[in-house]
Amino acid sequence: MHPAVHSADMLKVWGVIAFVAALAVAGEVLIASGMRDLGDLDHIRARVGLLGTIRAVLSSVKFVIGALCMAFNFFAMLFALSIADLSLAGPAIASLTYIGNAIAAKFVIGEKVDKRRWLATGFVAVGVVLLTR
Amino acid sequence: MLTASVGDSLLARGMVQVGHVDIHHLGLLWHALFNPFVDAGIVLLIGFFSCYTTALSWADLSFVMPATAFGYVVIALMGKFWLHEQLSLSRWLGIALIVCAVGFVAGGPSRTEHGEPVHPELDQMDAGAAR
Repeated sequence: MHPAVHSADMLKVWGVIAFVAALAVAGEVLIASGMRDLGDLDHIRARVGLLGTIRAVLSSVKFVIGALCMAFNFFAMLFALSIADLSLAGPAIASLTYIGNAIAAKFVIGEKVDKRRWLATGFVAVGVVLLTR
Repeated sequence: MLTASVGDSLLARGMVQVGHVDIHHLGLLWHALFNPFVDAGIVLLIGFFSCYTTALSWADLSFVMPATAFGYVVIALMGKFWLHEQLSLSRWLGIALIVCAVGFVAGGPSRTEHGEPVHPELDQMDAGAAR
């Protein structure tokens, strides 16, 4: 294969991988942020029951948009697998999602991501690559 | 702590079934919908998602995420002992890393308390977005 064509292909593959991971991060962060706004679901359930809790969750705009991101992420993932090898796209998307989530948790939600959590996130990212290879 | 561990084991079970669903999706597509395994998988997936959401309502995303990665370990070990798959050295290493990671986060606090304003400007932005 011509080197220029090859690098353009790789760029596309990595672009799609980054896009899928970004969708997952957006979904997770929106859902986490929506849940943080709602408060402890166990307390809500004690107050308004299970159906009331489900209604409260589903009426959270952040949660709904986040869930849509996750659904879209699923189809984007299928698309990614159609243009890239599973052995590359699978681990790459999984670990990018973990690292992106930790960064977004710190800077978007304002969670205190301490050294312990950075280390855990890094370990999981490497561990997932090793496991799914 | 009890709720956390019960939630985690439920999450792990859900994750295992997520794996099932994926396998059937790739192979059988539409027929998969009529497969009892897939239906059970979907039910467990919904269960997983609601547990995950509940966990996020009382714990940080950067706490819940590494903890749920334990699901990968459960999948790998199920593959080993149930399906008698061969686990290579690098997979064992991956399992070890994820187990360590879960240990790290489990030892720390599960929630950022916004009592002391760490990022006051971010809190304001958050409150604005929620309105």
